[in-house]
Amino acid sequence: MTEQRKLRILIAKPGLDGHDRGAKVVARSLRDAGMEVIYTGLHQTPEMIVATAIQEDVDAVGLSIMSGAHNVLMPAVVEGLRQKGGGDIVVFGGGIIPDDDIPRLREQGVHQIFTPGTSTENIVKWIRENIKPR
Amino acid sequence: MISLDALRAREVRACARLMRWLDDGLPEARVLLKQLYPHAGKAWLVGITGNPGAGKSTLVDGLIQKFRTRGQTVAVVAVDPSSPFSRGAILGDRIRMQQHALDEGVFIRSFATRGHLGGLASTTADVVHALDAMGWDVILVETVGVGQDEVEIQNLAHTTLVVMAPGMGDEIQAIKAGILEIADVFVVNKADRDGADRTVRELQMMLELGSSVEEPEDGRGHESQARKDFAGPMRRLGPRGWRPRIVKTVGLTGEGLDGLVEAMLEHKKAYQEAMKDVDFKKALLRREFLEIFRRTLLQRGWSYLMHEDHIREIVEELFGGKTDPYTLAEQAVSALGRL
Ligand SMILES: Nc1nc2c(ncn2[C@@H]2O[C@H](COP(=O)(O)OP(=O)(O)OP(=O)(O)O)[C@@H](O)[C@H]2O)c(=O)[nH]1
Ligand SMILES: [Mg+2]
Repeated sequence: MTEQRKLRILIAKPGLDGHDRGAKVVARSLRDAGMEVIYTGLHQTPEMIVATAIQEDVDAVGLSIMSGAHNVLMPAVVEGLRQKGGGDIVVFGGGIIPDDDIPRLREQGVHQIFTPGTSTENIVKWIRENIKPR
Repeated sequence: MISLDALRAREVRACARLMRWLDDGLPEARVLLKQLYPHAGKAWLVGITGNPGAGKSTLVDGLIQKFRTRGQTVAVVAVDPSSPFSRGAILGDRIRMQQHALDEGVFIRSFATRGHLGGLASTTADVVHALDAMGWDVILVETVGVGQDEVEIQNLAHTTLVVMAPGMGDEIQAIKAGILEIADVFVVNKADRDGADRTVRELQMMLELGSSVEEPEDGRGHESQARKDFAGPMRRLGPRGWRPRIVKTVGLTGEGLDGLVEAMLEHKKAYQEAMKDVDFKKALLRREFLEIFRRTLLQRGWSYLMHEDHIREIVEELFGGKTDPYTLAEQAVSALGRL
């Protein structure tokens, strides 16, 4: 077989808010950077995101949250992955997230937070530098 | 490492890992495929193809539900195209199936075509055989939207559904694309829209005329077909005398899905009946082997060329102008046996 390793990233929208424009923009720019993006649409529970990430054997999960519930939802995904044997899957996030919340989210295992205004180039660059196909 | 036991117990992490190894072409995956092979052959392989947006994923979602109610486990292989420019992909079929995300009797996996034409990824057959050996009862394979030659699913699935929707100009397109020949069941989805009955009538007419519908072959005379198989497109193998069914559905509400399942089961029964015939079985084995042989040859050839820079030596020789590429290609192929 011809070896061909590719980054696989799950972009997910947990919670109740109905804005997925940001998530779609990120998904498209990851695709344009040569990555394979699994996109699962709106209103995903942390359990669904964890199950999907494991089934799809992704290298990373990107969570887009605009509803303000990031302090609950992001750690829930990190913890769920750990419990299901996916503790090596990198979790990053973006959305409307106050600077004050970021240190604690990182402590809880969220690898990186991109606040509004971060260019997609920067997100791609960070992924390339920090995530390798497993 | 992935253990055979974990795979046979359908442990999700192990399944998912193996899918990745297959997708990425790791040599370790081939070792596992060999170990899994004796366990394969029990699953029912169903292909779902049809125009982009016709409702394939929505129907898969509904079918998962129907088979789960019957107590069967379901694996889904959903293929979406890779971008020819960036080679990246957005795999979105799953969006419509997320209600099954937490059901442990359901395993859904998305794949990108990674440049492979034919509507599937180059490793889809291996992926499906692996899932079969793991013990999933039903395996649903959603192809990328059909175009001209995206009919590879017919070589893999036992039962192939061709999904179309009215009012998309599909009817005529479908004839052009040559997908009529591969349908065991036609699904006219979006029956809530105007024009569904017309599409059904047009299909019926076409089936009655029989002009564009090729009857499946049941394997008689399969030995004399070997050369044709290898050179051209694979032959369609299926129960002799099967007439494609036409079913109307509304994927969004689940209307018509029971009728669809019924038509699928009828075909399954006919297929299993055909399987009792030695010639049919041998024709299937022949087709499977030829496909694996073709890929093995390519892989071997490729690794030979990359090994110790053989390709560079070849280019240098050609640049020297003392020989021709035909001779060198023959020499390279001869060298394969000595690896
Ligand atoms: N009106 C109507 N819309 C439907 C029906 N079934 C599916 N749809 C809608 O049609 C659109 C496409 O459905 P999908 O299931 O994603 O179609 P698909 O064939 O998988 O699409 P691709 O994978 O992109 O080729 C979605 O917006 C569905 O909600 C139906 O029976 N009636
Ligand atoms: Mg689809």
